[in-house]
Amino acid sequence: MYGEAHWPAAATLGGTSAPFLRIRNLTKLFGGFAALKDVSLDIVGGEFVCFLGPSGCGKTTLLRAIAGLDIQSEGTIEQGGRDISGLPPSARDFGIVFQSYALFPNLTVAENVGYGLRSRKLRKAAIATRVAELLTLVGLPEYGAKYPAQISGGQQQRVALARALATSPGLLLLDEPLSALDARVRLRLRHEVKALQRRLGVTTIMVTHDQEEALTMADRIVVMNHGVIEQVGTPIEIYREPATPFVADFVGTMNFLDGVLVGAGRVRLGAAELECDSDGLAPGARVRVSIRPEDVRVRGLEAGILNRLAVEIAECDFMGSFCRASLRPAAMPEAVIQADFSINLMRDYDIEPGRHLEVALPPERLGVFARD
Amino acid sequence: MATAVGGPTVRRTLSSDDVIMRAGLVLLTVWLAVTVALPLWALLSKSFQNSDGDFVGLANYVRYFSTPAMFQSFWNSIAVALATTAIVLPLAFIYAYALTRSCIPARWLFQALALIPILAPSLLPAISLIYLFGNQGLFKDWLFGNSIYGPLGIVIAQVFYCFPHALMILATALSMADGRLYEAADVLGASRLRVFFTVTLPSAKYGVISAGFVIFTLVITDFGIAKVIGGRFNVLATDIYKQVIGQQNFAMGAVVGFVLLMPAVLAFLADRLVQRRQMAVLSARAVPLVPRPVPARDWGLFACCGVVAGLLAGILAVAVWASFIKFWPYNLSLTLNNYNFANFDPSGWAPYWTSVRMALWVAAIGTVIVFAGAYLVEKSRGFTVGRNLVQFLATLPLAVPGLVLGLGYIFFFNAPNNPLNFLYATLGILVINTIAHFYTVVHLTAVTALKQIDAEFEAVSASLRVPFYRTLMRVTVPICLPAILDIGVYLFVNAMTTVSAVIFLYSTDTKLASIAVVNMDEAGFTAAAAAMATMIVVTSAGVKLLQVALNHAFARRTQAWRRR
Repeated sequence: MYGEAHWPAAATLGGTSAPFLRIRNLTKLFGGFAALKDVSLDIVGGEFVCFLGPSGCGKTTLLRAIAGLDIQSEGTIEQGGRDISGLPPSARDFGIVFQSYALFPNLTVAENVGYGLRSRKLRKAAIATRVAELLTLVGLPEYGAKYPAQISGGQQQRVALARALATSPGLLLLDEPLSALDARVRLRLRHEVKALQRRLGVTTIMVTHDQEEALTMADRIVVMNHGVIEQVGTPIEIYREPATPFVADFVGTMNFLDGVLVGAGRVRLGAAELECDSDGLAPGARVRVSIRPEDVRVRGLEAGILNRLAVEIAECDFMGSFCRASLRPAAMPEAVIQADFSINLMRDYDIEPGRHLEVALPPERLGVFARD
Repeated sequence: MATAVGGPTVRRTLSSDDVIMRAGLVLLTVWLAVTVALPLWALLSKSFQNSDGDFVGLANYVRYFSTPAMFQSFWNSIAVALATTAIVLPLAFIYAYALTRSCIPARWLFQALALIPILAPSLLPAISLIYLFGNQGLFKDWLFGNSIYGPLGIVIAQVFYCFPHALMILATALSMADGRLYEAADVLGASRLRVFFTVTLPSAKYGVISAGFVIFTLVITDFGIAKVIGGRFNVLATDIYKQVIGQQNFAMGAVVGFVLLMPAVLAFLADRLVQRRQMAVLSARAVPLVPRPVPARDWGLFACCGVVAGLLAGILAVAVWASFIKFWPYNLSLTLNNYNFANFDPSGWAPYWTSVRMALWVAAIGTVIVFAGAYLVEKSRGFTVGRNLVQFLATLPLAVPGLVLGLGYIFFFNAPNNPLNFLYATLGILVINTIAHFYTVVHLTAVTALKQIDAEFEAVSASLRVPFYRTLMRVTVPICLPAILDIGVYLFVNAMTTVSAVIFLYSTDTKLASIAVVNMDEAGFTAAAAAMATMIVVTSAGVKLLQVALNHAFARRTQAWRRR
């Protein structure tokens, strides 16, 4: 009865099928403090979703509400069409991996993985087969007889994953599963976890504060801050079209320049006027304009290129494969724009502190947010 | 979008785990209410009644405070407690410093020797002192005509009895040292003395204060020492006994009990306040300090420790030796006659076996109740009211002197309308009372052990739909086995040595060894009393050694999964 086929087939992403997990108007109060404020979210079957945000943003609270570990104060959760809002964890259908892994130290790896199977009245032989299958799945077929303290952190993490998957849950919850590992192991496990999830097609929610982890692993990212969802989107949407200044700032590096809209699609920053895309904002509005360091253009500034700025190079920080330069636009005495220049470009344009240079800020790369 | 406020609150379904755990918490609350809270309440209300049980308001208190002879005991108790604290604190500090911050040789031996007094009833040092300095004492002349019976004897015996308690707290405080602070002080060129006063002492400050309160409370509430060596010097603890057993004046006994409760409660509250501040002394990133040998200091400390440990062992040795002596001090040849208890007390050896039986029951039942209780408080979800109530009731006994609790038991369990009064004068009430008396310390031991376990084990088993009790038996209990053993041994040893609470509760059939010591001493059979006290020490020490052996075996068996 246990096999990979048991997992629900991955639904088409963003399709019109009913969501696997429906979260409506979730609020969680701790004393007087609201850790979640009226959060609503749909998750499609087979999706890999990351809850991303700084510590205290409510991402873990949301995960624990979905698991039934800390039940929300208000709001409903449905999983697979069943209302699970007030159910205890044992009446829900999920597997979970914690940051600490919570492996039972006095049980062997095999006993840990088979822990949830024993209570399901399976015969010993059936359990052993299933455990061996799971250990092979996570790449640790030889490790069944070892104790958790005898294997590495990355291996412990995979055992915890196998244990969570043993009972073929409909939903896999990962609470910062990689953050206790050192950088190299973390990079490798990102791919392994993602590949495993894709192969099994199990709907997965991972909580993380590491934006790089979210960008590389997730089908969709839910960016949270102060107990509310700031934006939901694919990694590319989140990076390219951040919906709020918070998202723009939290995911990747972003320059912000304060200015005023002077007409449709025109913004004044200091003494300069730039073309931009200012949908829905009235002229005269105070705005914050954003651009990523890698979008500042130096090459190919032929006639007709918009948004040119004369700048002085204030500093260059060597970052290995590129340099992050701090630019002072002549037209904006207060502002500093950070730009990423490849080593190649540095050589071609002889870039070093004190030099003057002309750059362009492409209109389609500028974000415009209202400012109060 | 709807506003966050005012929506319907979520209706929670309880899992069978939740239901079982909550039922357990309710049961535990009832247990603690019956064994701790209600007896105390009975005592308190008794102090406002006359001998016929009519309410008389504060009349008893007025009489107590206006009788100088009685009120004098209050000041006597305070004076003795302060003197003992002043002596024990510096001694224990130096000893703890030597154990934790120096490289003295044979550290394990000093550690073991310092714990001797815990294994003995408090009566034992008093008996030893009588043999050394009493009317027939070997060194009676050394006191220049002063009598050992009175404050002098009480204070010396209390120093022996309180020393290990203070030492354990101070050693813990001193072992929490951040090595980086000492390196910084070294680099800045501070002298060793300056480092001591600016780094060592401040970081151990709360430990010192806490140890001070513990000593003070122990002395105020101890009964055995003052009983044996107090002479005509009255203290609160002996006053209660005289009022209740001597004069059958229960109302006045209750008043003295309440007066005795006051300093103990104050010390307890002050200590809690201090403890709360201590939390942040050691950050997670601290580097443990590893002491380096400094010959001059180490040998100096070695000498100090040698003297202290020698005195502790010496006092024990005197009592043991005296128990084998034919006729102190005129015929010092050895004999086993003093162990033939039937010659001195009609109950013979029976009290010893009753004590062992009682201690085994206390250890067996107490360990289960305490560990289950701590588990429910720590690991159940929701039901904050129940958990806080249990936590409060579990901490309460620490502030209640044994005599006060014992007296409360008389009032509560002996009441004719109490359905539980069938327990009165049985071994059962002694077991229940002793578990209640020592509940707090073992509860805290269990809580500490449970807090060190990954907090998500229960969440993981719930997600795997494994009931909590299976994870408890298969994972939590095996991991906590050393702590559980610790709890059992602590309860056993204390059940063997305790006098104060049970002195009001025993019957002729359930007389305990420690009470037999008091009785035989009272009847003038000091050698037999010493012999019975020796039996108690030997038994406690045997159990303690058994624990060490079991811990070793456990560590070997579980090496594989404990390796870091």
